[in-house]
Order: sequence, then structure tokens, then C-alpha cells
Amino acid sequence: MRNIFIIVKKEIRQILRDKLMMLIIFVMPTLQLLILPLAATFEMKEIKMYVVDFDNSPTSRDLINKFSSSPFYNIVGSAYSHRQAEANIISNKADFVLEIPANMERELQTLGAAKVQFVVNAINGMVAGLINGYSTAIIADFNSEIRTELTGGKYTNQLRAPTYSYWFNPQLDYKTYMIPGILIMMVSIIGLFLTAMNMVREKEIGTIEQINVTPIRKYEFIIGKSLPFCLIGLVVLTLGLLLAMLIYDVPVLGSIWLIYGVAMVYLFAVLGIGLFISAISDTQQQAMFVAWFFVMIFILISGLFTPSESMPDWLKGINTVNPIYYGIKMIRMVMLKGASFYDILPELKAVAIYGVCAMSLAVRAYRKRV
Amino acid sequence: MTAGTSIYAKNLTKKFGNFTAVNTISFEVKKGEIFGFLGANGAGKTTAMRMLTGLLKPTSGEATVCGYNVFTHGEQIKKHIGYMSQRFSLYEDLTVAENIEFYGGIYGLRRNDIKQRSHELYDRIDLGHARNSLISAIPLGWRQKLAFMVSILHQPEIVFLDEPTGGVDPITRRQFWDLIYETANKGITVFVTTHYMDEAEYCGRVSIMTNGIIAAMGHPQELKQQYGVATMNEVFIKIARQ
Repeated sequence: MRNIFIIVKKEIRQILRDKLMMLIIFVMPTLQLLILPLAATFEMKEIKMYVVDFDNSPTSRDLINKFSSSPFYNIVGSAYSHRQAEANIISNKADFVLEIPANMERELQTLGAAKVQFVVNAINGMVAGLINGYSTAIIADFNSEIRTELTGGKYTNQLRAPTYSYWFNPQLDYKTYMIPGILIMMVSIIGLFLTAMNMVREKEIGTIEQINVTPIRKYEFIIGKSLPFCLIGLVVLTLGLLLAMLIYDVPVLGSIWLIYGVAMVYLFAVLGIGLFISAISDTQQQAMFVAWFFVMIFILISGLFTPSESMPDWLKGINTVNPIYYGIKMIRMVMLKGASFYDILPELKAVAIYGVCAMSLAVRAYRKRV
Repeated sequence: MTAGTSIYAKNLTKKFGNFTAVNTISFEVKKGEIFGFLGANGAGKTTAMRMLTGLLKPTSGEATVCGYNVFTHGEQIKKHIGYMSQRFSLYEDLTVAENIEFYGGIYGLRRNDIKQRSHELYDRIDLGHARNSLISAIPLGWRQKLAFMVSILHQPEIVFLDEPTGGVDPITRRQFWDLIYETANKGITVFVTTHYMDEAEYCGRVSIMTNGIIAAMGHPQELKQQYGVATMNEVFIKIARQ
């Protein structure tokens, strides 16, 4: 126990003396939290819309107004040629073209139905889906209006829009959803990288050899190395939580103690991976690349940016050994749903087992004797 | 192996794949002796020393250090020895006092012992004024003397020095050897590798390694007579040419 304390003290002294480290701990997470939530937006604003109105009737103008009055659409031009509209899509000047055929108004009045055409730039499938969704909603809204108008108010009461209530994120604010995940990402990156670089740095400088001839035990060394970084992880988390609450108004429905408890267990696993990487690497460069490889894959499949439920089964399989997946799931549940200890117990157990395995591997991989 | 033996090696061998770095070396070092381990670069000195300090597992042979078998009790050995490596072993981003506190602590010294011994250390090598300086800020010669003093802070039975005076000026080297003599007089066995042949003259006994084997061993005076030359340098060149 005393040896662990001695190592922790030494590590903390070294960390506090390293000015770059202070930047990494305090400035990096702040910038990440200020920038990333705005970049990882799932909303589509400022859709560049192009209008081709062959009908040019009061009804067609009403429809166009409906779009232009929506905050999501920005009409960038109009023409009377299908080809010109297409050219605008090709040159990326427009994301979306609404084409209204001639005689739309007349067909509506005589046949009771008419068609309009959407052309959507689908380079980014997700964006195209959103545009399509928004546009269809506007058309539906427009439909119910003209139905009222055409039938002289006869059917107004027949169609009643269902009322929605969105649970756990009533404003459907994507930031509320993203920020807990980003907090976990920040803590993981800092924890994994700092530990991955730490032990191998002693190898490069040569001090590890001196450590290796001391009677210090391997587990004492590994635990002594991980505790200071656990502390750093919790400092980063605190900073992140404060920013999340103050700047983005993200709710913290669950117990704050549970969040810290989860974070500690989670960090134990992440730091174990970092120290394992450090123990098997010979240079900081190697450690860096290996750490990058894992962080990239783990974050991309974790469900931070895209729902992990819709990934292929084999990828879901990889997620069962992805600590970030569990971390993000747990923190979202606790922060946004107010989940209790028992609600997240399965994930917490998985991460705890993970941590024990990763730490044991790190202890095994660290060789005092070659 | 007798009671006064602190290091005992018989047919100690280390192979790396097909390469035999240390080939069946045998020797004994008595308690309180200054044993010089000489050889050109790549002769196998460092490999031999790493086996004796428990850093490297020998391939075959037998060896005991402080009475502990190097094959089975490597971690026990570590409690009883001090070690100063070729590469720099103190933390440059810690102060002199913090390094002493760290290494003293790891060897289980109590806070009061550390305090008292670091005062003795400061007085002996005149470093008290720099106790709160970072290691990176003090000159190399002082760092080496400090590293040596730190390696014997816990009063080990044996101290292993791997080319401790590399890159150090002659005056500091002389002072360094004064420290080594004092250490040996306290009964601590000194096992030192070097390739400065003038330093070999200071040793009680030396062994000269070439290509993984011990080519010659004895008191410097005996070796000089045996080879009919005036200095250890000439002894070394004669052996190296064989």
C-alpha cells in the first residue's frame, strides 16, 4: 500500500510540473465541449431550396410560402426549367428542388389530387432522409389546410393530428443527447492516451530500468500509475459536467454520485487498456498509434454518433468488448433518464469485469524481468 | 561458495536466439570487495550484470547474489542490492529531494531515515544548496554522484554500477572513486563495469570479458605481471588481440 502511495505522489508531482499536461487536462476538454456539440448536429438547418413552379397559381404560391416560412428552408433561387434546377443540384448550389407541375391547382380542384416532385441531393443519405422527412411533413400540413379550404370546412374536425410527447428529451434537442456521450469520449481519450504514453516514456528515458531493480511489485506499479490518471479523468468529467449544465443546460436527472461512481469504474477499464498498450510498446510513437487505432474504432462503433442498434450483428458483437459503448450507454441513462444503480447494473458489471481483465493484462504485460 | 561470498556465478550463460552474449562465466566476489568487470563494448558485461540484478533470466548455469538464487529469487535479490544503470536513472522532472524521497520510500525507508540520510548525503557530496533544484538543472557530474548515493541510500549488501563514470570529467571521476572506496569500507560489495582502464587500477580485483567469456581475472598487479606490462591498458589490449 505504501509503495502505491509513493508512486502516486511521484506521478502527481510530475504531472503538476508538466505545463503541457495542464493544457491537455483543462483546455482540451473545454474546447472539445464548446465545439463538438455544435458540429455533431443532427438537425438540418438552412436547407438550400430551389423552386421550379410551372403552375404559378395562388395554390402553388401558398405551397412555396409554406416552405419559405419554415426556419429550415432557405430558397436560393427559382426557374422554369427542370434542367436548370438539376444543374443547381449538381453544382451543390441547391440541396433540394421542389417542382410544381403546370395545372396543379386545376387538378386539385377538379380531380381532388395533384402531384409535386422533390429532387433531393442524397450524397449524404442521412441529410437527404431529413430533408425528405421535413418536406413531406410540410406537404402533409399543406394538404390538411387545402382540404379544409376545398371542402368548405366540412372535414376539419375529422382529421385530428395525434399529439406527441417525447420522453426524456422533450425538446428533441440533439445537444442533450450528444453531450453525455461527448463527456465519456473526452474522459476516455484523455485517460487512454495519457496512460498509454506514460509507462513507455519511462522506458524511453531509461528510468524504468531503475524501477525494475527495486523490490516494487508489478501490481503496485500499475495501480500507482493508474490512480493519478483516474483523478485526472474525474477532474475532466467535473469540468465537462459544469460546462454541460451551464452552457448547454443539459439536465442531470440521475444521482451525481452515481455518475462519479460509474466514471470511476469506467476509468479503471480505460486506464487498464492504456497501461496495457504502454506495457507492450517500446516507443511512445508505437503506443500513440495503437491507442489511436482503438479509440477511433471504439468511438465510431460506440453509438455516440450513430445508433449502434442499427449496425450489423458482428459489429454489435465487437461492441460487447467496447468499454466506450457501455460508458456512453450508462451515462446517457443516468443523466437523461435518471436511471438508478440497479437500472445500469448489467452495464456496470460488464465494465467492472472489463477493468479487472484490462488491469490484470497490464500487470502481466509489464515485465520487470526479460 | 564460502560464507564471505556475496556474488557467486558458475557457468552462467545467456543466449539470445543463436547469439551467446554471455558464455559459461564463473567467478566469486567477496563481501566488501571492489570487483571490476571490464570488457570492450558488446563483450557481455551489461548482460552479465543484468542477470545478477534480476533484470534478465539466465539461460543456464547457476548464480547466487546475497545468497539468493538468481533463477528463483530474483525479487528477493532486489531488496538487497543497489543499482546504478548506464542510462540515467533519476527523474529529471523531480527535484533532488523528491528523487531521494521516492527511491528511499520504495526501498521501505521510514520518513525519518530518509530525512537523516539525505542530510548525510547532502553533506558528503556538497549538494545541500541544490536540494530543491530539478535534476535537469544540475550538471552531469553531480547527477552521477547523486545517482550513486541514491543507489546506496538503503544500505544494500551489494551495489552494481554499470559504467557509472561514462562522459564524466577526470576530477569528478576521481571524486566518484573516493565515494566507491568509502562504500566498500562500510562493507558494501561494489560490482562495477567500466571501460576506462585507469579505473581498473582502482579495483581490488578485475575480470576482463571478451566475446562473452572471462579471458582473465585477478588483482590488477597480478595481471600486469602475468602479461609483463606496466598498465592495465596494455593488459587489456594484449587480451583483446588474442
